[in-house]
Amino acid sequence: MNVKLWFLIHKWSSLVCTLFLLMLCITGLPLIFHHELEHLLEDEVEAPAMPADTPMASLDVLSERALSTRPGDVIRFMFWDEEDHPHQTFVSLAPTQDAKAEQARTLVLDSRTGDLLDEPGPPGGFLYIMFKLHVDLFAGLPGMLFLGFMGLLFVVAIISGVVLYAPFMRKLDFGTVRRERSSRLQWLDLHNLLGVVTLVWALVVGLTGAINTLSPIVVGLWQQGQLAAMTADYAERPAPEQIGSVQQALDTASASAEGMHLSLIAWPGSQFSSPHHYGVFFRGDTPLTSRLLQPVLVDASAGHALEPEALPWYVQTLLLSQPLHFGDYGGMPLKVIWALLDIITIVVLISGLYLWLGRRTSAARRVEEINNGGQEAQP
Amino acid sequence: MSRSPRTLWQVFRAPLLLAVLSMIGLVAALIGDGLLDLLSWLALGSTLLVIAWYWSRPSG
Repeated sequence: MNVKLWFLIHKWSSLVCTLFLLMLCITGLPLIFHHELEHLLEDEVEAPAMPADTPMASLDVLSERALSTRPGDVIRFMFWDEEDHPHQTFVSLAPTQDAKAEQARTLVLDSRTGDLLDEPGPPGGFLYIMFKLHVDLFAGLPGMLFLGFMGLLFVVAIISGVVLYAPFMRKLDFGTVRRERSSRLQWLDLHNLLGVVTLVWALVVGLTGAINTLSPIVVGLWQQGQLAAMTADYAERPAPEQIGSVQQALDTASASAEGMHLSLIAWPGSQFSSPHHYGVFFRGDTPLTSRLLQPVLVDASAGHALEPEALPWYVQTLLLSQPLHFGDYGGMPLKVIWALLDIITIVVLISGLYLWLGRRTSAARRVEEINNGGQEAQP
Repeated sequence: MSRSPRTLWQVFRAPLLLAVLSMIGLVAALIGDGLLDLLSWLALGSTLLVIAWYWSRPSG
């Protein structure tokens, strides 16, 4: 094995990504608890208590209500999150279907009465800043892809670190931390211990984070692939001037999604549907299937549903990458474990940086130290 | 430190065990609730205990 080559790969892949990874770990920490913090920081609305069997209002009523609140806008999506926001319907509106994300606003309506619960202003606040830094550095798609590349470098750094772990530990017991010799040695041993113990978690979070940065591209692939193929018969027709009832579209779609829960409805012409169809997205109810979506396309003027097709593998991969990156699928204890592992990753990054900054010997000497089974070479 | 060099298996058996526990922890909570959540916390949390144990040991 070429220890020198792996040492250089570990050094350079780490050096390039470390500062960005530190930023990602620090901004990611509050995002793990975003739901709890939203509750605390941004007096989140709640739907008033009503008898449990109060039925949901017609979606046509809800969409009327949303449109009259923001005259001139169009609805892009309606979505639901019954677990965290019971009886609330979120309605995303924008001046046009292809308007920029910054121009979109999301209203919160009471699903049973249509009452307006909240009309948030332009996005802002602590959590929004953390979110934007974490996702795209306020730089849109290029920022997102850049961070994805940093995530891949992080994965390379982890793998090369594991390769170097083998020769380094040849003369040391697992978990050895040599404290009495020098602070460099102590941090080197801790860097190796913390790194190797958190290996799988860091790999999974790094890799799924990098996959998540591809989400705009994945959506584009789906639009031009499966969505275009399913709606090929409509390609030549102009977009309908009048679209039909969204409640009827939901009723029609529900017939082919028995036992599933409503997750999102995409309006015709929006990002997640064709110009001619409502895209009605359902989810399952286990932790796993609640992350996987099943779309049903409903002709927005004629009212019939197209034969549903399962989403392609690359969309499913993206959907599954989200919980594995967020750590939000196993209750509060899992979030706390996620946060502690995140902090340990910060220690690994900083100790790595310290070992590089505090270097007093040549790379050749360090390669020798690794080859020597972690024993410092004699001068 | 004078013992003979460790084999690859000796170096990697502990990290491998922790890797398997981490994977069980990551997957368990994804495929179910209740007991599987508990399994997930214990399996993934074991990595934290290992770190706490070796970090707090007076000397290695």
